[in-house]
Amino acid sequence: MASRLKLSFSLFFSFLEIGAFTIGGGYAMLPLIQKEVIEKRKWMKTEDFLDGLALSQSLPGPIAVNIAAYTGYRIAGLIGSIAGVLGAVIPSFIAILLISMFLYQFHQQPLWNRIFIGIRPAVVALIAASLINIGQMSKLKWKVAWLPIIVFILIVFFNISPAWMVILALITGMIFMRNEQ
Amino acid sequence: MIYLILFLTFAKIGLFSFGGGYAMLPFIQQEVVVQHHWLTNTDFIDIVAISQTTPGPIAINAATFVGYKVGGFWGSFAATSGIVVFPFILMLLMTRLYVSFRKHSIFQAGLSGIRPALLGLIAAAAVVLGKDSIVDLKSAIIFVVVLIMTMRFRINPVVVILLSGLAGYVIG
Repeated sequence: MASRLKLSFSLFFSFLEIGAFTIGGGYAMLPLIQKEVIEKRKWMKTEDFLDGLALSQSLPGPIAVNIAAYTGYRIAGLIGSIAGVLGAVIPSFIAILLISMFLYQFHQQPLWNRIFIGIRPAVVALIAASLINIGQMSKLKWKVAWLPIIVFILIVFFNISPAWMVILALITGMIFMRNEQ
Repeated sequence: MIYLILFLTFAKIGLFSFGGGYAMLPFIQQEVVVQHHWLTNTDFIDIVAISQTTPGPIAINAATFVGYKVGGFWGSFAATSGIVVFPFILMLLMTRLYVSFRKHSIFQAGLSGIRPALLGLIAAAAVVLGKDSIVDLKSAIIFVVVLIMTMRFRINPVVVILLSGLAGYVIG
Protein backbone atom coordinates (compact mmCIF):
# COMPACT_ATOMS: atom_id res chain seq x y z
CA MET A 1 0.00 0.00 0.00
CA ALA A 2 2.82 2.38 0.87
CA SER A 3 4.47 1.64 -2.46
CA ARG A 4 1.16 2.25 -4.24
CA LEU A 5 0.93 5.67 -2.62
CA LYS A 6 4.50 6.43 -3.62
CA LEU A 7 3.82 5.27 -7.17
CA SER A 8 0.68 7.39 -7.23
CA PHE A 9 2.71 10.46 -6.32
CA SER A 10 5.12 9.78 -9.17
CA LEU A 11 2.16 9.23 -11.50
CA PHE A 12 0.64 12.52 -10.44
CA PHE A 13 3.84 14.48 -11.10
CA SER A 14 4.57 12.70 -14.36
CA PHE A 15 1.15 13.52 -15.77
CA LEU A 16 1.31 17.01 -14.31
CA GLU A 17 4.52 17.61 -16.24
CA ILE A 18 3.06 16.11 -19.42
CA GLY A 19 -0.12 18.17 -19.00
CA ALA A 20 1.80 21.38 -18.39
CA PHE A 21 4.14 21.10 -21.36
CA THR A 22 1.95 19.87 -24.19
CA ILE A 23 0.07 22.47 -26.11
CA GLY A 24 -2.76 21.41 -28.37
CA GLY A 25 -4.09 18.62 -26.18
CA GLY A 26 -5.10 15.02 -26.86
CA TYR A 27 -2.98 13.56 -29.60
CA ALA A 28 -0.17 16.07 -29.05
CA MET A 29 0.27 14.58 -25.57
CA LEU A 30 0.67 10.99 -26.74
CA PRO A 31 4.37 11.01 -27.68
CA LEU A 32 5.24 12.59 -24.31
CA ILE A 33 3.13 10.11 -22.37
CA GLN A 34 4.74 7.27 -24.31
CA LYS A 35 8.23 8.58 -23.59
CA GLU A 36 7.59 9.11 -19.88
CA VAL A 37 5.60 5.94 -19.19
CA ILE A 38 7.50 3.43 -21.34
CA GLU A 39 11.03 4.74 -21.81
CA LYS A 40 11.80 6.82 -18.74
CA ARG A 41 9.78 5.24 -15.92
CA LYS A 42 9.45 1.80 -17.54
CA TRP A 43 5.97 1.50 -16.03
CA MET A 44 4.65 -0.65 -18.85
CA LYS A 45 5.58 -2.37 -22.09
CA THR A 46 4.81 -0.86 -25.49
CA GLU A 47 2.08 -3.48 -26.17
CA ASP A 48 0.31 -2.59 -22.93
CA PHE A 49 0.49 1.08 -23.80
CA LEU A 50 -0.96 0.42 -27.27
CA ASP A 51 -3.79 -1.59 -25.73
CA GLY A 52 -4.51 1.37 -23.45
CA LEU A 53 -4.42 3.71 -26.43
CA ALA A 54 -6.87 1.54 -28.37
CA LEU A 55 -9.14 1.48 -25.35
CA SER A 56 -8.85 5.27 -24.90
CA GLN A 57 -9.85 5.82 -28.50
CA SER A 58 -12.74 3.36 -28.28
CA LEU A 59 -14.31 5.00 -25.25
CA PRO A 60 -15.71 8.53 -24.95
CA GLY A 61 -13.76 11.39 -23.34
CA PRO A 62 -10.47 13.25 -23.79
CA ILE A 63 -7.68 10.88 -24.91
CA ALA A 64 -5.17 12.24 -22.39
CA VAL A 65 -7.58 11.75 -19.48
CA ASN A 66 -8.42 8.21 -20.61
CA ILE A 67 -4.80 7.18 -21.02
CA ALA A 68 -3.91 8.69 -17.62
CA ALA A 69 -6.73 6.70 -16.00
CA TYR A 70 -5.54 3.53 -17.78
CA THR A 71 -1.85 3.97 -16.91
CA GLY A 72 -2.62 4.87 -13.30
CA TYR A 73 -4.91 1.89 -12.86
CA ARG A 74 -2.48 -0.59 -14.40
CA ILE A 75 0.37 0.63 -12.18
CA ALA A 76 -1.24 1.49 -8.86
CA GLY A 77 -4.95 0.64 -8.95
CA LEU A 78 -7.77 3.09 -8.25
CA ILE A 79 -5.65 5.61 -6.33
CA GLY A 80 -3.10 5.58 -9.15
CA SER A 81 -5.75 6.32 -11.76
CA ILE A 82 -7.10 9.23 -9.69
CA ALA A 83 -3.55 10.59 -9.33
CA GLY A 84 -2.89 10.28 -13.07
CA VAL A 85 -6.14 11.99 -14.11
CA LEU A 86 -5.67 14.85 -11.62
CA GLY A 87 -2.14 15.37 -12.93
CA ALA A 88 -3.36 15.47 -16.55
CA VAL A 89 -6.22 17.88 -15.80
CA ILE A 90 -4.78 20.39 -13.32
CA PRO A 91 -2.35 22.33 -15.61
CA SER A 92 -5.03 22.90 -18.22
CA PHE A 93 -7.57 23.87 -15.55
CA ILE A 94 -5.23 26.46 -14.00
CA ALA A 95 -4.11 27.89 -17.35
CA ILE A 96 -7.66 28.48 -18.57
CA LEU A 97 -8.79 29.77 -15.19
CA LEU A 98 -6.06 32.43 -15.29
CA ILE A 99 -6.95 33.37 -18.88
CA SER A 100 -10.66 33.58 -18.02
CA MET A 101 -9.96 35.74 -14.98
CA PHE A 102 -7.47 38.17 -16.50
CA LEU A 103 -7.37 38.01 -20.29
CA TYR A 104 -10.90 37.34 -21.44
CA GLN A 105 -12.21 40.64 -20.09
CA PHE A 106 -10.49 42.22 -23.08
CA HIS A 107 -12.56 40.25 -25.56
CA GLN A 108 -14.86 43.17 -26.33
CA GLN A 109 -11.89 45.40 -27.15
CA PRO A 110 -11.30 46.27 -30.81
CA LEU A 111 -7.72 44.96 -30.58
CA TRP A 112 -8.91 41.50 -29.47
CA ASN A 113 -11.43 41.52 -32.30
CA ARG A 114 -8.89 42.41 -34.96
CA ILE A 115 -6.57 39.63 -33.81
CA PHE A 116 -9.36 37.07 -33.59
CA ILE A 117 -10.79 38.00 -36.99
CA GLY A 118 -7.56 36.50 -38.31
CA ILE A 119 -7.54 33.57 -35.91
CA ARG A 120 -11.13 32.35 -36.38
CA PRO A 121 -10.85 31.21 -40.01
CA ALA A 122 -7.49 29.65 -39.12
CA VAL A 123 -9.17 27.55 -36.41
CA VAL A 124 -11.78 26.37 -38.91
CA ALA A 125 -8.91 25.46 -41.26
CA LEU A 126 -7.20 23.50 -38.45
CA ILE A 127 -10.42 21.59 -37.83
CA ALA A 128 -10.82 20.92 -41.57
CA ALA A 129 -7.20 19.72 -41.77
CA SER A 130 -7.72 17.35 -38.84
CA LEU A 131 -10.88 16.08 -40.53
CA ILE A 132 -8.91 15.26 -43.69
CA ASN A 133 -6.12 13.67 -41.60
CA ILE A 134 -8.49 11.50 -39.58
CA GLY A 135 -10.27 10.54 -42.81
CA GLN A 136 -7.01 9.42 -44.39
CA MET A 137 -5.77 7.63 -41.28
CA SER A 138 -8.98 5.74 -40.69
CA LYS A 139 -8.80 4.26 -44.23
CA LEU A 140 -12.49 4.79 -44.64
CA LYS A 141 -14.00 2.44 -47.20
CA TRP A 142 -16.25 3.93 -49.90
CA LYS A 143 -19.06 1.58 -49.03
CA VAL A 144 -19.46 3.18 -45.59
CA ALA A 145 -19.15 6.76 -46.91
CA TRP A 146 -22.93 7.14 -46.73
CA LEU A 147 -22.76 7.11 -42.94
CA PRO A 148 -20.76 10.35 -42.39
CA ILE A 149 -22.78 12.00 -45.19
CA ILE A 150 -26.09 11.17 -43.51
CA VAL A 151 -24.72 12.29 -40.13
CA PHE A 152 -23.56 15.58 -41.68
CA ILE A 153 -26.95 16.26 -43.29
CA LEU A 154 -28.91 15.37 -40.14
CA ILE A 155 -26.82 17.76 -38.02
CA VAL A 156 -26.42 20.71 -40.38
CA PHE A 157 -29.93 20.74 -41.86
CA PHE A 158 -32.06 19.08 -39.21
CA ASN A 159 -30.26 20.19 -36.01
CA ILE A 160 -30.16 16.70 -34.55
CA SER A 161 -27.93 16.29 -31.51
CA PRO A 162 -24.50 14.63 -32.01
CA ALA A 163 -25.32 12.32 -29.05
CA TRP A 164 -28.14 10.75 -31.10
CA MET A 165 -25.73 10.35 -34.00
CA VAL A 166 -23.36 8.34 -31.79
CA ILE A 167 -26.17 6.00 -30.73
CA LEU A 168 -27.39 5.71 -34.33
CA ALA A 169 -23.85 4.96 -35.57
CA LEU A 170 -23.28 2.40 -32.81
CA ILE A 171 -26.47 0.51 -33.68
CA THR A 172 -25.81 0.83 -37.43
CA GLY A 173 -22.34 -0.66 -36.87
CA MET A 174 -23.70 -3.52 -34.80
CA ILE A 175 -26.32 -4.42 -37.42
CA PHE A 176 -24.53 -3.78 -40.73
CA MET A 177 -20.82 -4.05 -40.01
CA ARG A 178 -20.49 -7.31 -38.09
CA ASN A 179 -18.56 -8.92 -40.93
CA GLU A 180 -16.22 -5.96 -41.53
CA GLN A 181 -13.36 -7.19 -39.34
CA MET B 1 -28.74 25.32 -9.46
CA ILE B 2 -26.20 26.35 -12.04
CA TYR B 3 -23.35 24.18 -10.70
CA LEU B 4 -25.45 21.05 -11.03
CA ILE B 5 -26.54 22.01 -14.55
CA LEU B 6 -22.91 22.64 -15.53
CA PHE B 7 -21.82 19.34 -14.03
CA LEU B 8 -24.58 17.34 -15.74
CA THR B 9 -24.17 19.09 -19.10
CA PHE B 10 -20.45 18.39 -19.21
CA ALA B 11 -21.00 14.85 -17.90
CA LYS B 12 -23.25 14.30 -20.92
CA ILE B 13 -20.59 15.73 -23.24
CA GLY B 14 -18.01 13.42 -21.64
CA LEU B 15 -20.26 10.39 -22.05
CA PHE B 16 -21.02 10.85 -25.75
CA SER B 17 -17.93 12.46 -27.21
CA PHE B 18 -15.86 9.77 -28.89
CA GLY B 19 -12.56 10.32 -30.66
CA GLY B 20 -10.84 12.90 -28.44
CA GLY B 21 -9.37 16.26 -29.54
CA TYR B 22 -11.23 18.05 -32.34
CA ALA B 23 -13.71 15.17 -32.54
CA MET B 24 -15.11 16.33 -29.17
CA LEU B 25 -15.88 19.83 -30.49
CA PRO B 26 -19.26 19.06 -32.10
CA PHE B 27 -20.53 17.62 -28.81
CA ILE B 28 -19.34 20.61 -26.78
CA GLN B 29 -20.73 23.03 -29.36
CA GLN B 30 -24.13 21.33 -29.38
CA GLU B 31 -24.57 21.67 -25.62
CA VAL B 32 -22.80 24.96 -24.95
CA VAL B 33 -23.89 26.99 -28.00
CA VAL B 34 -27.07 25.39 -29.36
CA GLN B 35 -28.67 23.94 -26.24
CA HIS B 36 -27.73 26.30 -23.39
CA HIS B 37 -26.63 29.50 -25.21
CA TRP B 38 -23.70 29.94 -22.82
CA LEU B 39 -21.47 30.96 -25.73
CA THR B 40 -21.99 32.27 -29.26
CA ASN B 41 -20.35 30.52 -32.21
CA THR B 42 -17.61 33.17 -32.31
CA ASP B 43 -16.99 32.85 -28.54
CA PHE B 44 -16.71 29.12 -29.15
CA ILE B 45 -14.10 29.52 -31.90
CA ASP B 46 -12.15 31.93 -29.67
CA ILE B 47 -12.00 29.35 -26.91
CA VAL B 48 -10.87 26.67 -29.38
CA ALA B 49 -8.08 29.03 -30.45
CA ILE B 50 -7.13 29.74 -26.83
CA SER B 51 -7.18 25.97 -26.13
CA GLN B 52 -4.78 25.42 -29.00
CA THR B 53 -2.25 27.78 -27.48
CA THR B 54 -2.54 26.65 -23.84
CA PRO B 55 -1.58 23.33 -22.26
CA GLY B 56 -3.87 20.34 -21.91
CA PRO B 57 -6.77 18.61 -23.65
CA ILE B 58 -9.15 20.88 -25.61
CA ALA B 59 -12.21 19.41 -23.89
CA ILE B 60 -10.83 20.22 -20.45
CA ASN B 61 -9.93 23.74 -21.54
CA ALA B 62 -13.40 24.31 -22.96
CA ALA B 63 -15.08 22.93 -19.82
CA THR B 64 -13.00 25.15 -17.53
CA PHE B 65 -13.63 28.22 -19.67
CA VAL B 66 -17.39 27.79 -20.03
CA GLY B 67 -17.72 26.84 -16.37
CA TYR B 68 -15.92 30.01 -15.29
CA LYS B 69 -17.94 32.20 -17.62
CA VAL B 70 -21.24 30.77 -16.38
CA GLY B 71 -20.51 30.21 -12.69
CA GLY B 72 -17.10 31.56 -11.65
CA PHE B 73 -14.48 29.33 -10.02
CA TRP B 74 -16.93 26.70 -8.73
CA GLY B 75 -18.64 26.69 -12.10
CA SER B 76 -15.36 25.81 -13.79
CA PHE B 77 -14.73 23.18 -11.12
CA ALA B 78 -18.19 21.63 -11.70
CA ALA B 79 -17.83 21.61 -15.50
CA THR B 80 -14.31 20.15 -15.45
CA SER B 81 -15.29 17.42 -12.97
CA GLY B 82 -18.34 16.71 -15.11
CA ILE B 83 -16.43 16.14 -18.32
CA VAL B 84 -14.00 13.77 -16.61
CA VAL B 85 -16.41 11.64 -14.55
CA PHE B 86 -17.87 9.21 -17.12
CA PRO B 87 -14.71 8.69 -19.17
CA PHE B 88 -12.90 7.97 -15.89
CA ILE B 89 -15.43 5.41 -14.67
CA LEU B 90 -15.72 3.74 -18.09
CA MET B 91 -11.94 3.54 -18.45
CA LEU B 92 -11.64 1.87 -15.04
CA LEU B 93 -14.34 -0.68 -15.86
CA MET B 94 -12.99 -1.40 -19.32
CA THR B 95 -9.38 -1.65 -18.18
CA ARG B 96 -10.52 -4.52 -15.97
CA LEU B 97 -12.38 -6.16 -18.85
CA TYR B 98 -10.34 -5.02 -21.81
CA VAL B 99 -8.92 -8.27 -23.09
CA SER B 100 -12.30 -9.95 -23.36
CA PHE B 101 -14.17 -6.87 -24.59
CA ARG B 102 -11.82 -5.42 -27.16
CA LYS B 103 -11.98 -8.53 -29.30
CA HIS B 104 -15.69 -9.03 -28.88
CA SER B 105 -17.17 -8.79 -32.36
CA ILE B 106 -20.31 -6.81 -31.48
CA PHE B 107 -18.23 -4.17 -29.70
CA GLN B 108 -15.86 -3.97 -32.67
CA ALA B 109 -18.84 -3.75 -35.04
CA GLY B 110 -20.32 -0.87 -33.03
CA LEU B 111 -17.02 0.98 -33.23
CA SER B 112 -16.78 0.49 -36.98
CA GLY B 113 -20.04 2.40 -37.17
CA ILE B 114 -18.88 5.21 -34.87
CA ARG B 115 -15.55 5.86 -36.62
CA PRO B 116 -16.96 6.93 -40.01
CA ALA B 117 -19.82 8.80 -38.29
CA LEU B 118 -17.27 10.97 -36.44
CA LEU B 119 -16.11 12.35 -39.78
CA GLY B 120 -19.62 13.60 -40.48
CA LEU B 121 -19.81 15.13 -37.00
CA ILE B 122 -16.52 17.02 -37.35
CA ALA B 123 -17.43 18.19 -40.87
CA ALA B 124 -20.74 19.54 -39.56
CA ALA B 125 -18.95 21.44 -36.77
CA ALA B 126 -16.47 22.92 -39.26
CA VAL B 127 -19.30 24.12 -41.54
CA VAL B 128 -21.31 25.66 -38.70
CA LEU B 129 -18.25 27.45 -37.28
CA GLY B 130 -17.11 28.43 -40.79
CA LYS B 131 -20.39 30.24 -41.48
CA ASP B 132 -19.64 32.68 -38.65
CA SER B 133 -15.92 33.09 -39.19
CA ILE B 134 -15.30 32.93 -42.94
CA VAL B 135 -17.29 36.03 -43.79
CA ASP B 136 -15.31 37.90 -46.42
CA LEU B 137 -12.43 37.56 -48.89
CA LYS B 138 -9.73 38.18 -46.25
CA SER B 139 -10.98 35.48 -43.91
CA ALA B 140 -11.46 33.08 -46.86
CA ILE B 141 -7.83 33.68 -47.87
CA ILE B 142 -6.64 32.99 -44.31
CA PHE B 143 -8.70 29.78 -44.26
CA VAL B 144 -7.24 28.50 -47.54
CA VAL B 145 -3.64 29.46 -46.70
CA VAL B 146 -3.80 27.83 -43.25
CA LEU B 147 -5.42 24.69 -44.65
CA ILE B 148 -2.69 24.31 -47.26
CA MET B 149 0.12 25.12 -44.81
CA THR B 150 -1.18 22.62 -42.26
CA MET B 151 -1.78 19.84 -44.77
CA ARG B 152 1.42 20.24 -46.80
CA PHE B 153 3.97 21.41 -44.24
CA ARG B 154 2.56 20.12 -40.93
CA ILE B 155 3.09 23.46 -39.21
CA ASN B 156 2.49 23.50 -35.46
CA PRO B 157 -1.03 24.80 -34.57
CA VAL B 158 0.46 27.23 -32.03
CA VAL B 159 2.51 28.90 -34.77
CA VAL B 160 -0.52 28.92 -37.08
CA ILE B 161 -2.67 30.69 -34.49
CA LEU B 162 0.00 33.26 -33.60
CA LEU B 163 0.64 34.04 -37.28
CA SER B 164 -3.04 34.31 -38.18
CA GLY B 165 -3.61 36.58 -35.17
CA LEU B 166 -0.85 38.80 -36.50
CA ALA B 167 -2.41 38.67 -39.98
CA GLY B 168 -5.77 39.67 -38.49
CA TYR B 169 -4.17 42.60 -36.68
CA VAL B 170 -2.38 43.82 -39.83
CA ILE B 171 -5.19 43.47 -42.40
CA GLY B 172 -8.26 43.52 -40.10
